[in-house]
Amino acid sequence: MTDLHPEKWDIEINAKGSLLDLKLKEVWHYRDLLVLLVRRDFISFYKQTILGPVWFFIQPVITILFYTLIFGNLAGIPVDGLPKPLFYLAGTIIWNYFADCLNKTSTVFKDNAGILGKVYFPRLIMPLSIVLSNLIRFAVQFLLFIILYIIFILKGEHIIPNIAALLLPLLIIMIASLGLGLGMIISAVTTKYRDIAFIVAFGVPLLMYATTVIYPLSVAQAKYPKYSWLIKFNPITAIIETFRYGFLGKGSFNWELLAYSIVSTIVILLTGIVIFNKVEKTFVDTV
Amino acid sequence: MSKAIKVENLSKAYQLGDFGTGTISRDLERFWARLRGKEDPFLKIGEVNDRTIKGESDVVWSLNDINFEVEQGDAVGIIGRNGAGKSTLLKILSRVTSPTTGSIKLRGRIASLLEVGTGFHPELSGRENIYLNGAILGMRKAEIKQKFDEIVSFSGVERYIDTPVKRYSSGMYVRLAFAVAAHLESEILIVDEVLAVGDAEFQKKCLGKMGQVSKSEGRTVLFVSHNMAAVKTLCNRGIVLANGQLIYENRQLEAVSFYQTNNNTRATFEHHDDVSSAPGNENIRVLKFIIRPLTGDSISISTGVSFEMIFFNQKAGINLDATFELKNSDEIPVFHNGVLISTNNDSKTGFYTVKCTIPPNLLNAGNYSFKLIFGENQRYLLFSADDFIGFEVENESKGSNSALAPGVIHPKLDFKVSYRA
Repeated sequence: MTDLHPEKWDIEINAKGSLLDLKLKEVWHYRDLLVLLVRRDFISFYKQTILGPVWFFIQPVITILFYTLIFGNLAGIPVDGLPKPLFYLAGTIIWNYFADCLNKTSTVFKDNAGILGKVYFPRLIMPLSIVLSNLIRFAVQFLLFIILYIIFILKGEHIIPNIAALLLPLLIIMIASLGLGLGMIISAVTTKYRDIAFIVAFGVPLLMYATTVIYPLSVAQAKYPKYSWLIKFNPITAIIETFRYGFLGKGSFNWELLAYSIVSTIVILLTGIVIFNKVEKTFVDTV
Repeated sequence: MSKAIKVENLSKAYQLGDFGTGTISRDLERFWARLRGKEDPFLKIGEVNDRTIKGESDVVWSLNDINFEVEQGDAVGIIGRNGAGKSTLLKILSRVTSPTTGSIKLRGRIASLLEVGTGFHPELSGRENIYLNGAILGMRKAEIKQKFDEIVSFSGVERYIDTPVKRYSSGMYVRLAFAVAAHLESEILIVDEVLAVGDAEFQKKCLGKMGQVSKSEGRTVLFVSHNMAAVKTLCNRGIVLANGQLIYENRQLEAVSFYQTNNNTRATFEHHDDVSSAPGNENIRVLKFIIRPLTGDSISISTGVSFEMIFFNQKAGINLDATFELKNSDEIPVFHNGVLISTNNDSKTGFYTVKCTIPPNLLNAGNYSFKLIFGENQRYLLFSADDFIGFEVENESKGSNSALAPGVIHPKLDFKVSYRA
């Protein structure tokens, strides 16, 4: 029988979907959910704590205190002549944002199997909410950076910001995309092979040492001219260096390195989206 | 009337056994087959999903070539035994997972209630959870705001609305969760046995709300349940699934009776493989359950019933008890009687046999199912199984009247009649 009036259906459920279809229209429809999930993360983070949101400050403050003591004073790694706390804080807040996005996104299916196994909503909402929740943390920590920045300028430190500081929004998008993209790739693989979760657990803290968080790129280049490409190869290095260059006036900034970082970020994000889209449809069966 | 749901050639395969071992090599083989344009070597289409028979491959077709259509405004009951594929069908319909082959087409918005309270966060207050849960189910914030008072009054937890839900009793939790779901505005509503929660009064309220949704608001409802009484009253059509296949589709009354007459095939259960794979858990394994008439070949009202169960007990040195709960097809418990297997903390590891009889002229005609409960000290649950085994009691004609008498039981009563002019 031929259908003379092809019927119009609102939803079609098929075995396979398009790989690059991001369902952005649906994500937009669920934007309230996105906001509520971010709110949930934020509120549940400090419920039943005395200090509440102050905890967002405490962690980076203690971290840079230890970095200053150990890497700065004990090990004596040079910091381009910048105030040590400021130098470490610049690297730490960017690195934390990346690492938090990556860690949380890489376990998104496992952590939320309860919800995702019972209700449909665009799965992309979950990783997006993670990136946004962490963006709030980043904003709070960035505020801390600005406070410290002003304190050091008032103390008479010679810090000159320059026009590259205006690249900050681009840098934030890049870190978020990198964390999101890598996290989605890992999350997709871990639904079936949990081994990767172990690699992430010890790999991410180690990766920090291959990034210019506790040392400037210039020092690494001077000391290991043969191997410094490894550090440059890491796309986060360019982000941190650009950030330091823009705000603190010191750092290895060049457009080629940044362009390389942008291209690799885009590649990682697209790969992540494609893999995520492929897995999200049936992960419930394997997780 | 237009169609609301159209399901075509829907199949879903699951892999049995353990993931992790051998999956990489298998994935590579699959990938290689796909590269050469061949079919997946691990999917054998056409194998019937019967869990009592050991299949050839370790892929199981949880749904096998399902086709049906649902008219707009229909309330369809999906019935079938455990493992018939009901939940898989609902999961695919609610887009939680994808089919292996085939497609489903839907008209209108779809809301599914595979569970109440999905996404409730224990630290958040009732108010915050209403918004969060509503958004997870697909409502916009403005929509929830508009219905907020209605939801709260339906749930009946006004007083606790600003208290974190972790302080709620489980009943309050469920009430609040169902209230949110009941106020979803969607053209298609999918419900999985969520009504098995809450007290009787609240269950009634939920059933009433569902009836209202399908009958007066003209929405399409798909309802999965073991509660035949609820299917009969709420639905107007029924679909029977067995071993992943759609075996019957008709009006709800016919579908329920088809299911009930075809579901008494398990009057004998015997497990032949090794003990560790028998139904049960690390405490108890049930190996054999036989139900037969006391006299004659088939069970009817006057034959009485004898049943015998063999189980393997692994908890030595405790006070073990076994309880048999018999339910009729309206899910009404007929009796709930137990036996103390050991009373002096002297249970032994090994096989126990329990035999018992139900006297003649007690059970009315109809379908019955046994629920098994094993306990320790009559308090701690060791193992329980709903609908473990079912049987049918045939009706007997009394003179010219062969209609089924109403009532849970049908005892032979000793009437004395006297007459005085």
